[in-house]
Amino acid sequence: MSEGPIRVVIAKPGLDGHDRGAKVVARALRDAGMEVVYTGLRQTSAMIVRAAVQEDADAVGLSVLSGAHMQYFEQVAAGLRTAGSDDVVLFGGGIVPDDDLPALREVGVDRVFTPGASTEEIVRYLRQAVAERRSRRAGAEAGR
Amino acid sequence: MADDRTPTVAGDAHDTEDDTVPTPRLDAWRRDTYGPAVARIPERSTASETLSGIPLEPVYTEEHRSRAAALEHPGEYPFTRGIHASGYRGKLWTMRMFAGFGTPEETNRRFHALLAAGQTGLSTAFDLPTLMGYDADDPMALGEVGRCGVSVSSLADMEVLFDGIDPEAVTTSMTINAPASPIWAMYLAMAQRRGADLTRVGGTTQNDILKEFIAQKEYVIPPEPSVRLVVDTIEWGPREVPRWNVVSVSGYHIREAGSTAVQELAFTLANGRHYVQRTVDRGVDVDTFAPRISFFFNVHNDFFEEIAKLRAARRIWARWLREDFGARDPRSWTLRTHAQTAGVSLTAQQPLVNVARVAVQALAGVLGGANSLHTDAYDEALSLPTEAAALLALRTQQVIAHESGVANVVDPLGGSYFLEHLTDEMERRALALVAVIDAQGGVEAAIENGWFAREIGDASYAEQRAVDAGDRVIVGVNAFQAEAPRVPLQHVDASVARAQAERLATVRAERDDAAARAALADLRDAAVSGRNSMPSFMRCAHALCTLQEQMDVLRDVFGVYEEPVVL
Repeated sequence: MSEGPIRVVIAKPGLDGHDRGAKVVARALRDAGMEVVYTGLRQTSAMIVRAAVQEDADAVGLSVLSGAHMQYFEQVAAGLRTAGSDDVVLFGGGIVPDDDLPALREVGVDRVFTPGASTEEIVRYLRQAVAERRSRRAGAEAGR
Repeated sequence: MADDRTPTVAGDAHDTEDDTVPTPRLDAWRRDTYGPAVARIPERSTASETLSGIPLEPVYTEEHRSRAAALEHPGEYPFTRGIHASGYRGKLWTMRMFAGFGTPEETNRRFHALLAAGQTGLSTAFDLPTLMGYDADDPMALGEVGRCGVSVSSLADMEVLFDGIDPEAVTTSMTINAPASPIWAMYLAMAQRRGADLTRVGGTTQNDILKEFIAQKEYVIPPEPSVRLVVDTIEWGPREVPRWNVVSVSGYHIREAGSTAVQELAFTLANGRHYVQRTVDRGVDVDTFAPRISFFFNVHNDFFEEIAKLRAARRIWARWLREDFGARDPRSWTLRTHAQTAGVSLTAQQPLVNVARVAVQALAGVLGGANSLHTDAYDEALSLPTEAAALLALRTQQVIAHESGVANVVDPLGGSYFLEHLTDEMERRALALVAVIDAQGGVEAAIENGWFAREIGDASYAEQRAVDAGDRVIVGVNAFQAEAPRVPLQHVDASVARAQAERLATVRAERDDAAARAALADLRDAAVSGRNSMPSFMRCAHALCTLQEQMDVLRDVFGVYEEPVVL
């Protein structure tokens, strides 16, 4: 599917209950015209991957404030690959030190927003990243 | 109803009118002097209201003066001006820095460093597995052990954590909620094994599960049995550990989750009142436990609003306890509070600017009469604080305490037309919100129907939109942006989980298994029968039952709570 509103899953993996950021971003994306599924708290990586596949999501955003971001992003990226959905845009936000960004990019995280990011910035980023994904998909289908 | 605030001040000509209505004199100033001034230089758009949306006048005069405030004095009911007659002139506030990461050994070293630097009380941050009642070697704990606090799974960890610290000499606060009872019992068991007398052991357990359901979301079992466990501690604690603050009713996390100052004040006091009511309902005399309930508020950016919030909190609590609950002991009327600067206000951009934010917020906490204070470290929007950053935050408090002079007069801002007006306004607005909670059937009903989640969600979204639109300036974020040098960060070693798992294995191998099983059976019996659970948690702690073994009993008996998802 390459038309229609952008479909995004916003998820809170792990034990952390700090959901302010996830909820604010989910509402901002919804107000920007996207279809947003917010998973609620305490999701395992497998649950998040399942939600992304079921919802035919263009993008999955993880909110991690506990310091355990490496493991959750790695697991979700691997799960998406296994499910054949590795072109889903994987992004996130939280208390993530700059030093960890290269390693996160390496496992397939497209972008990480840290405290102070504006919701407009996130909306702008997502529109562009999903547009690129959709055009890559359209190109792949045309070449088949 | 007796009301200490209704007597009027002699000579006050407006005593039949609403205090807050400007009189013709102020109107004349506004027309003749202020009007022409703002015609030349228009008002800034951000100058018209507080962070909580309370409208602001350009100036406050005696015409805004609350009749009540003129009659209030420090150390006297209703304690608006502070619970101690001498304020900080005798004893300063307790400087209590929240700390915890990695293994109990690492956090113990940080504790000793903070005490050596002049800190006067300890405050423990636990990691997420501990906060959620999982042992360090459980699959649910994978990747989270020691990350955002220290890992404690049994009495053995607790003994390492407080090694070399005398539980009769140093008061310790523990930020623990869903598993508050077993963790507190482990601390007390540790103290007993060192020969301490529990009647001389002081400290605080946060133990405020209601705000977990409302804001921080680290709950395990459903609200009703959760509150029952809290009430068990309120009933048992003052008898057995009389110097312990059994609950620290916390607005801090409600504010961090995105509420306004008014919501923080209202929700926190409503939660506190709920614990008191539930304990009184059990037939416990209010004066036996009310003095052991303490509070914990946020101090955020809006300087005067934060000071007013703390003053209004004391006034409302005193009136409720004395008039509604009939408490006779003045100590039952006093709201003692810890305060912490607003973690959520810290920015990852130009992190050193946070030092200035924290100083201003800490000053508000002190001028608001906080009884103890934590100052955030400048690097906390990036990671757990480094030792150097935590030390600078402590030094900030010491500068306020010893160099600024603000601690030398009791409630030095009392009598400020603006502050007194704002205190009245915070009180009025908070009580109106409490009435909305009551109309729904109380806090447990408002948790389960999602009302708190909607209220806080709406407020935090409105705040983010104001920042995105530039209506609220955050230095370095939506104004005055600049590249800043990177600051050193605290790292948590991945070997923590292994070290913790090894100690757990030793505990399980070396303990008396029959005693541990019997203690867990006794806990199950208490949970099912409804008798006070604290003696059972104490027995479990001494028998070296792990945290998760105890929490699994509760999960099994009461079930696990899942909140309605509210966006």
